[in-house]
Amino acid sequence: MSCDCSNTPSNQPPPPSPPSARRGVMLKLGIGLMGIGGAIASIPLVGYAITPALKKYKNSWIDLGGIADFPEGETRLGKFTNPNAAPTDGESAEQAVWVRSFKPAQFQVFAVNCAHLGCPVKWFQQSKLFMCPCHGGVYYEDGTRASGPPPRGLFEYKWKIENGRLLIDAGRLPGLEQTV
Amino acid sequence: MIRSIQKIVGGLLGWTESRSGLVSFVAPLVTHRVPRDAKWWYVFGSASLMFFSIQVVTGILLATMYAPSAAEAYQSLQYIDHQVPFGWMLRALHAWSSNAMILMVVIHMSQVFLHASFKFPRELMWMVGVLLLFCTLALAFTGQIMRWDQDAYWGLGIGAAIMDRVPVIGNQLRNVMLGGPYIGGATLSRFFALHVFVLPGLTIALIGAHMALILKNGISEMPKPGMVVDPKTYVAEYEERIKKTGVPFMPDAAQRDMVFCGLMLILVGALAAYLGPVGPSGVPNPTIIDANPRPDYAFLWIFTALALMPPQIETAVLLIAPPIVVLALLGLPLLSNRGERAPSRRPGAVISYVLIATVLGTLTWLGVVSAWSPVMNAWTSLPTPPQYLVGRTPLEMQGALVMQHSQCRNCHSLGGEGGMRGPNLDNVGSRKSWDQLVRQVQQGGGNMPAYGKNLSSAETTAVVAFMTTLRNDGAPESTIPGAMERQSSPDQAPKPVLGDAGK
Ligand code: FES
Repeated sequence: MSCDCSNTPSNQPPPPSPPSARRGVMLKLGIGLMGIGGAIASIPLVGYAITPALKKYKNSWIDLGGIADFPEGETRLGKFTNPNAAPTDGESAEQAVWVRSFKPAQFQVFAVNCAHLGCPVKWFQQSKLFMCPCHGGVYYEDGTRASGPPPRGLFEYKWKIENGRLLIDAGRLPGLEQTV
Repeated sequence: MIRSIQKIVGGLLGWTESRSGLVSFVAPLVTHRVPRDAKWWYVFGSASLMFFSIQVVTGILLATMYAPSAAEAYQSLQYIDHQVPFGWMLRALHAWSSNAMILMVVIHMSQVFLHASFKFPRELMWMVGVLLLFCTLALAFTGQIMRWDQDAYWGLGIGAAIMDRVPVIGNQLRNVMLGGPYIGGATLSRFFALHVFVLPGLTIALIGAHMALILKNGISEMPKPGMVVDPKTYVAEYEERIKKTGVPFMPDAAQRDMVFCGLMLILVGALAAYLGPVGPSGVPNPTIIDANPRPDYAFLWIFTALALMPPQIETAVLLIAPPIVVLALLGLPLLSNRGERAPSRRPGAVISYVLIATVLGTLTWLGVVSAWSPVMNAWTSLPTPPQYLVGRTPLEMQGALVMQHSQCRNCHSLGGEGGMRGPNLDNVGSRKSWDQLVRQVQQGGGNMPAYGKNLSSAETTAVVAFMTTLRNDGAPESTIPGAMERQSSPDQAPKPVLGDAGK
């Protein structure tokens, strides 16, 4: 870049604005710097916003209690605290599952969340049905769909027994991706 | 003395105006001319704006007391309701004025649609208005989450489950919405930020645009049959007419707005004082599975649609319908921006409107009743009506007990009480024969689960025996034509082979 002032005769006033070539460079520089600065500044913004989409949330094996708490032939509510819980979660960190014991040491652990749209299903021992309060979905005792809008049976958790305790693989809100 | 005060005030105003141009900026809002015939039909936009302002004011005050943390939100609402002076009234105003705002926005939009005010040159005003409708609904939905009660928790669950149905990235979308893999503190904080910062900011910006467009294009006149919108000539004609017959917004139109807004304000204030705040319902603890979640009024129609849609098409509808609705609403003025405006010359538009309004109204009403939901506590809270037990045999009495204990009445009503998911059983004995009843109980069908594995054959026999006695006075017991007549009468218990019932 040459000094444009040398071209200007000394006895004439300077032109009202710098020549366009330099202005163009300045504009490009400005846009470039803003772009770089903006990109750096948006790393934490975008990063924060989409972390939940990219992060692989880990389940963990969670102790639901001794297997004696879930007697054979019954379906009982098991409760646990979400292993991914954050300090601000309060009571929403508490979670529930339906545990059905149908043979000695044989279990089915169902999500309480209806397979239709996630409302909490309730177990009725007498009619051996799970009923959903939202849109009337009904499931049989083994979790298969009996009637109503649910497209499938109840979601199930993986389970195992260790030292006489019933453990389930949990941590995420049950949904279509979670099927045993 | 007075002179000099006048001088000082005048000088101050003049200084402010010369430095800010405020008056010349605001003046057109007050002085712009509106059509002479723009009367009571035109008050609903102003009323929407007024209720939005109330939301802003009450919202700011509530934000000074509300704790947007999942661990404390519920308690802070209790505190606002019961400890803070006038706290409950603030919450009540915020809730009822939000309902009123939705109502006003919907009426305003209906008027604009029926009068075809969205036609040239006001297409963009309509589109901005549609965005404002979505902002209003989004504010209502996120506001419902602020209550952080069972309805909020399971409402989020429903939202999450809908996201989950999106192919491939459903789970990711769901996690972004919830701020993590489950509903918790991060979820409430997200919706709080949306409800208090993002959406109100957006709404205010859009309202600004809406108003600027009003000043640019003017308010539409009442439609008259035969007065056709032609983009080539419309603007000049409109300006000509407004110049000749228009009236200044202040006071001619503003006075009507004020009367209506004042009345509405008093009404909503009275409603808030009388009905009190909305919610919170139960504690948002997901281990309390006795919840019976319901959305607020504005979303009941969606709740109903989700209950009544055939499962096979549900996912497709959930994914395809929303973008179609959005595009149709936004694109409406592009599809039709000229021609007649009068409803009498646009029968198609009027019929579509009536149809849509009827469908939404009916779905909302059905959502209030929600007949498809089992009454979860009917079996323990509603006794068998005594008149159905008079003169019954021991077997039939036993059947009544089985019916009660097997939660039949969660879905079937008896004597007008009980669930409405299945048919009422008051007269079932004359509608279905013994064999049909056995089959229905055992195998289910229609929307009924099969009870074959859950009832012993003795229980089935008893409950069927009871049901055959449920007949209107004098009605005969239903039989299958041509089938062997069974020897039975109310005082002679039927004797089916017990083992048969279990097949
Ligand atoms: S959520 Fe259970 S039936 Fe819809």
